[in-house]
Amino acid sequence: MMLPTPSTSHVCFDRIYEPAEDSFLLLDTLSSASESEFLKHRFSAESSCAPPLVLEVGVGSGVVLAFTAANASSIFGRSDVLTLGTDINSFACQAGSQTIRTALAGNEHLASVFLDVVNGDLASAIRPHSVDVFIFNPPYVPAELPDFSRHDRYNALPTGHNATSFEQDSYLLELSYAGGEDGMVVTNRMLEQIPGILDIGRGVAYVLLCAQNKPELVKKQIRNWGAGWEAETVGSSGKKAGWEKLQVLRIWKRKTE
Amino acid sequence: MKLLTLNFLTCAIKTCKTSEASFPLHPRDAELEIVETDLNLPFLKNILPRLMWEEIRTIASELGLPDLPTTAPTREDLVENNAEVQASLQNQTAESAEPAVEEIPSQTAKDLHRILLETCIKDGKLVCGNCAHEYKVMEGVANFLLPGHLV
Repeated sequence: MMLPTPSTSHVCFDRIYEPAEDSFLLLDTLSSASESEFLKHRFSAESSCAPPLVLEVGVGSGVVLAFTAANASSIFGRSDVLTLGTDINSFACQAGSQTIRTALAGNEHLASVFLDVVNGDLASAIRPHSVDVFIFNPPYVPAELPDFSRHDRYNALPTGHNATSFEQDSYLLELSYAGGEDGMVVTNRMLEQIPGILDIGRGVAYVLLCAQNKPELVKKQIRNWGAGWEAETVGSSGKKAGWEKLQVLRIWKRKTE
Repeated sequence: MKLLTLNFLTCAIKTCKTSEASFPLHPRDAELEIVETDLNLPFLKNILPRLMWEEIRTIASELGLPDLPTTAPTREDLVENNAEVQASLQNQTAESAEPAVEEIPSQTAKDLHRILLETCIKDGKLVCGNCAHEYKVMEGVANFLLPGHLV
């Protein structure tokens, strides 16, 4: 199944992460036969469950959420899906929204419904247990975290200017890839929030990792969250001598009774 | 930002999560704009059980919008149900080769669509009912980033 990749031609990649191998791995994984079968089963309209809410944290260009929104019928077997995004970079909030609106344009009467992209830290402003499908392409590169004390200043156009500075753009891009020690500092903060935001019965999360993130250890830690918690690799790319460069984890809770 | 988005947001401060007063966030000094989109009837019908109706009524009244009914509409309330439509529906069933007549959204559906998906907060603030923290909305984007001392 080849589904179209949303257009991001309006996005300024000087300060917003440009879709790359990791983004495309998420698209391929979500639309793979095995994942869409899992998702269709979990969210089938026949079980008369309410429209699933898809939340992506760190939408960047918006390509992943736009793809999910535009191909909801193929991925979930239903088109009445809600999409919501967050990003720490306010420029990404505007550009990502535009990508999703463009991908849905002309089909509003029968397509999925896009809510908004809000400017925030991870999922801190999301109502507890309201998310059915969570997607996260984290800043996973083992590199020093940027200095957040500059964030307020760099998160908007400089007063009296209509363009960003080079330093500002570098800072904003760093936010999209730098993950601190093992590339896991931001991802670990996000993983901590996942049990609190996912729907208790049907919530499922997709989180991308790179080999330096020690994915086997991450999966083990998730399985230790408590009875029923599962983590499996459901997509991978860049296989070299048995090592996947990138992989997508599916995190969900089995019914334990 | 759409009013339906507020159905899924709460105060970003950790200690507020356990307080009922942190949901919904209360719009203040809001400048609204209408962004028209096509009405999606199947979606509207299905979203009903997810709506926190009491809270959406509160938000609408705080924004000075027309009062919403005290109880949430039902799926049936969203479909035009006049005799003519009924008759043509029956005709369609008789000639089963013809595709069924498309359901017509009722005024209730149109009002709900307008409130949830077309009425947007362009600029203003969202205020937590528990800690009174104000989150700014600028050019349709709500900012939930907290100053360092509140994280």
